[in-house]
Amino acid sequence: MKRVITTTVINQSGVLNRVTGLLMKRQFNIESISVGHTEQPGMSKMTFVVNVEDEGKLEQLLKQLQKQIDVIKVNDITDKAMVMRELALIKVVTPPAARNEIYSIVEPFRATVVDMSKNVTTFQVAGDPEKIEAFIDLMRPYGIKELTRTGVSAFVRETQKTHTAQLSIL
Amino acid sequence: MGVNVEVEEKAEQKLKGSGADILIQSLKEQGVDIIFGYPGGAVLPIYDALHRNPIRHVLARHEQGAIHAAEGYARVSGKPGVVIATSGPGATNLVTGIADAMLDSLPLVVFTGQVASTVIGTDAFQEADIIGITQPITKHNYQVKNVEDFPRIIKEAFYIASTGRPGPVVVDVPKDISNALFKGHEEQSEVNLPGYQPTTHPNYLQIQKAVQLLSKAEKPLILAGAGVLAAQATEELKEFIERHQIPITNTLLGLGTVEGNHPLFLGMAGMHGTYTANTAICECDVLLNIGARFDDRLTGHLAHFAPNAKVIHVDIDPAEIGKNVPTAIPIVADAKEALKALLEQNFETSEKAEWLNKLTANSEEYPLCYKVDEEKGILPQQAVELIQRLTKGDAIVTTDVGQHQMWTAQYYKFNHPHNWVTSGGLGTMGFGFPAAIGAQLARPNDQVISIVGDAGFQMTLQELSLLQELRLPVKIIILNNQSLGMVRQWQETFYEERYSQSLIHVQPNFVKLAQAYDVPGYKVETLEEAEAVFAEAFASNEPALIDCRVVQMECVYPMVAPGKGLNEMIGVKIE
Repeated sequence: MKRVITTTVINQSGVLNRVTGLLMKRQFNIESISVGHTEQPGMSKMTFVVNVEDEGKLEQLLKQLQKQIDVIKVNDITDKAMVMRELALIKVVTPPAARNEIYSIVEPFRATVVDMSKNVTTFQVAGDPEKIEAFIDLMRPYGIKELTRTGVSAFVRETQKTHTAQLSIL
Repeated sequence: MGVNVEVEEKAEQKLKGSGADILIQSLKEQGVDIIFGYPGGAVLPIYDALHRNPIRHVLARHEQGAIHAAEGYARVSGKPGVVIATSGPGATNLVTGIADAMLDSLPLVVFTGQVASTVIGTDAFQEADIIGITQPITKHNYQVKNVEDFPRIIKEAFYIASTGRPGPVVVDVPKDISNALFKGHEEQSEVNLPGYQPTTHPNYLQIQKAVQLLSKAEKPLILAGAGVLAAQATEELKEFIERHQIPITNTLLGLGTVEGNHPLFLGMAGMHGTYTANTAICECDVLLNIGARFDDRLTGHLAHFAPNAKVIHVDIDPAEIGKNVPTAIPIVADAKEALKALLEQNFETSEKAEWLNKLTANSEEYPLCYKVDEEKGILPQQAVELIQRLTKGDAIVTTDVGQHQMWTAQYYKFNHPHNWVTSGGLGTMGFGFPAAIGAQLARPNDQVISIVGDAGFQMTLQELSLLQELRLPVKIIILNNQSLGMVRQWQETFYEERYSQSLIHVQPNFVKLAQAYDVPGYKVETLEEAEAVFAEAFASNEPALIDCRVVQMECVYPMVAPGKGLNEMIGVKIE
């Protein structure tokens, strides 16, 4: 099952390595990871999407992360009301003849053009991973020259509708 | 008056000089009385500071010897072992010991030299990324980037290594940091680690739930691991089992938590555990695990482990609870605090005479056993029993990994806790002998016996130099079967007796080898010889090496084959 996990970590050199090393050592599969500063100085937040077999493995992952000295907080926010965003940059082959057609697809996704040349346009699209997947799928027939994604960053919403079950004893 | 002057002097001297001076001063502040180490280029400033401001330093002859000695020291003293090695090869030679300490939860603070920070990352001479290398095998590691951080890092390193679930902490010290002049002032504040707050006190509700289960249990069983020893909780454990008459078994590393001949003690459980202990695990209705991590060598196939039991698991490391075995009642706590809380509960338990009688009957029907054949020579089990008899179970005993380790675990009955030093989780050959040196240095008045195999001993035998130099009365007993015994046993059992690379016909003359290091050496081939030589050696204040020739083809039984359940033991009885 796919889980979205956020961790607050002390922003020290090597902390990213520590966390990814731990995931590798314990055989967890990272689908995406993103890191950045937070509102607190010296603290960073990591958001990662992992694939785990079952709840037991998930609990183990959360506990092992929590054990790291540089990790302050660990949250599995998958089942909570949350905002999940990712940004992708996509270079698509856009010959003048196909350009209008492509633009009509781009519009509903609220993707923006960030670079353009004679035959190639670079789009920037932000949203949850499903939306980005869908956008990529629609662009693929025209020819994707290059593609890069930032990985997911996520937040819990201020208002939670229902109480979600606690998975870990932590 | 005198005291005041001393205090003032101390305050004045405190934390002055170079980074290297700060290190030595901080070690003294931490109460470090011995360092195991080996100098080299990147730690020259540290060794110079040590020369100015001495702490006892034991110069091992290989960094691996130094770190295993520090592990032995930590195991028997409960204090963190301190190791210093240089950068590059010095540091990488420590890796086995660090991994060993990590798996067996031993507190170590390891200082490695590093090339100057200006050249880190340039593949400089004797540079190795020891932070990267040791990240997965340490509880935490640091590279000192700024000399002003050094006192805080050392304080944190000792705190992390010795609290919660103990473990090794590596502090990597670039040479320029050792040389840099410390201009900061020491913060007197407590260690502040927001990401590290081990839970030591048990949750009251969880304790009550445990009491409810235990009070109704008809076939309760306690499994005690090294967590009980780390928490210094053997008194509480004994009171608890005696008050409620609950039988107890141990993990390999938990041996010594109760006396080996205690009527409630069933022997060690696991792959080479006793019939009684393993069947008790299969049959019990409540299993209280205190400070053990349900390692695979203990549990066997998980599907067959304690199938009838509700499990209560007390562990200071929450990640160990529920990792391998489904747990009905998790209790995150220090073993001592948990046992105290359980003792405070003053509950009644149900009648258990039938259960205890059955276990006693099992022990009588299926004791540990071996078949004596005097023609063939000394059986290793007999040798361990002889050591047990001569030392009356009071000695500190160290081993490597393998057959000799299992026979020692089975046949040596410890009277005291903290006397058993073995490499459990990592299973490190070459551990036992240097660990014995560390143990002897920690407890100079106790008898230390290192029972090792002929192969493992040859991995770290260079430390005989330390016996020569320090005249430590460590007794090395090589149970010499001229083979890699456990490998050979598995080849016999699972590979149709194809003894691939496990029989060692060519060996050094161990007696001469000992003599080369000025250590009295003996060779014994019969039980009578063994008795006389062991007795003489044990009574002496000198070190000794005894090459004890044992039957080559002997196997460790009982045995639970890998992948099998504890209910499928082989070799429980002699035909």
